[in-house]
Amino acid sequence: MSPILNISGLHKSFGQVEVLKGIDLTLQQGDVVSLIGSSGSGKTTLLRCVNLLEDFEQGEIELVGETIGYRESSGSQRRRLPEREIARQRAMTGMAFQQFNLFPHMTAVQNVMLGLIKTKRMAKDEARSVAEKWLERVGMEARRDHFPGQLSGGQQQRVAIARAIAMNPQIMLFDEVTSALDPELVAEVLAVVRDLANDGMTMLLVTHEMRFARDVSTKVVFMHQGRIHEEGTSEEMFGAPKTERLQGFLANSQI
Amino acid sequence: MNYDFNFSVIWRNWDLLAQGLGLGLFLAIVSIAIGCGIGLLAAFGMLSRQKTLRWIAVAYVSAIRNTPILVLILFCYFALPQLGIALDKISSFIFTLSIYAGAYLAEVFRSGLVALPKGLREAGLAIGLTELKIKTNIIIPVMFRNVLPSLSNNFISLFKDTSLAAAIAVPDLTFYARKINVESFRVIETWMVASMIYVVVCYMIASLLRRLEQRLAIPR
Repeated sequence: MSPILNISGLHKSFGQVEVLKGIDLTLQQGDVVSLIGSSGSGKTTLLRCVNLLEDFEQGEIELVGETIGYRESSGSQRRRLPEREIARQRAMTGMAFQQFNLFPHMTAVQNVMLGLIKTKRMAKDEARSVAEKWLERVGMEARRDHFPGQLSGGQQQRVAIARAIAMNPQIMLFDEVTSALDPELVAEVLAVVRDLANDGMTMLLVTHEMRFARDVSTKVVFMHQGRIHEEGTSEEMFGAPKTERLQGFLANSQI
Repeated sequence: MNYDFNFSVIWRNWDLLAQGLGLGLFLAIVSIAIGCGIGLLAAFGMLSRQKTLRWIAVAYVSAIRNTPILVLILFCYFALPQLGIALDKISSFIFTLSIYAGAYLAEVFRSGLVALPKGLREAGLAIGLTELKIKTNIIIPVMFRNVLPSLSNNFISLFKDTSLAAAIAVPDLTFYARKINVESFRVIETWMVASMIYVVVCYMIASLLRRLEQRLAIPR
């Protein structure tokens, strides 16, 4: 069986600055991989490359066996795929953002329904019942008719997660989903993520919640200056970090 | 000052004024509708990544905004026919007011678009929407609600600008007021009533738009 996600030799620059300097990473079905590291290490950029929110210059990303984003054309030239193709491939991933990014003019349930109707071409009734099912799953069914502005940050993030996962993605991407939250709201969001992980969802997450990363991950990846500096299981990485840098990073992070 | 007010000539011509007002409202509504479309295109043009598109949009907006509307009206009505584009008075005025409205509304829409958080587009992309669907389902509806207060001001200005249609003999409220004035010599009464009508109608438009704002406001 092909892996859900296979990244090989990924390079990405912003202008002159190379932020990803050759990343190789593979996720099998059901893997929960946490990307940790100090800010500027390239974690978020890596995540954003996986759903093509960022272009990349070199390397290849495969989602369930399909090369995404680019096509080899004559010789070693490569071409960005047409927008429609990219949109379809993006829909194979689900993403939750640091800032939630809910659509402010739509209620919670409408937020979840939009992609189902416009991308998945579901009928309205079907979309509504799928949306309600997922809102219930994240504990937001009682607030389905509230607008984002009427919800707390934690509630907004739960709706945003429901919006992403309702699309039935092959893999969920979480980009620091608790960083913008007040401390007392972090737990409710992490509980939702943990619940999905326990359910066998394949996930790639960028997080600063070390305790959470330790508990939930099947693999932890420590990034430093655009490279994978050290990787291993939760126990290895948190129990017996090998490199000095990871030791230093963990010593400075609260666990 | 001893002046005998006499409004009888105005009451007698009430139907003309009403007709003129009706036409003015019609001109404003049609031009604003077309202007919104032009303005939206120009706003996206100004923010486009393509240099030519950006240049065209910016050139259009600055050319129109820096020309007095009366000059535009006269140009379109008198000069365009010489260039082979002949429109009747009303079409010519609608054409003029539409491109004029488009330029002003483009600025309003542009600032509305710039103010939107970048994350909205990305969230749309992340659920597999194409750029066009993101614009029609997310960007435009949210932006439109945000700029409604400044749109209201523009709409009222544009309605008042219909009074300039009289310059090319479009029979609007101002046109008929002038006619009554010339025929009756009741200068003060005529222009007093005409002004009052504009004030009342503008006030009504404003409160109508305010109600629309409240209805469309994003709850928080």
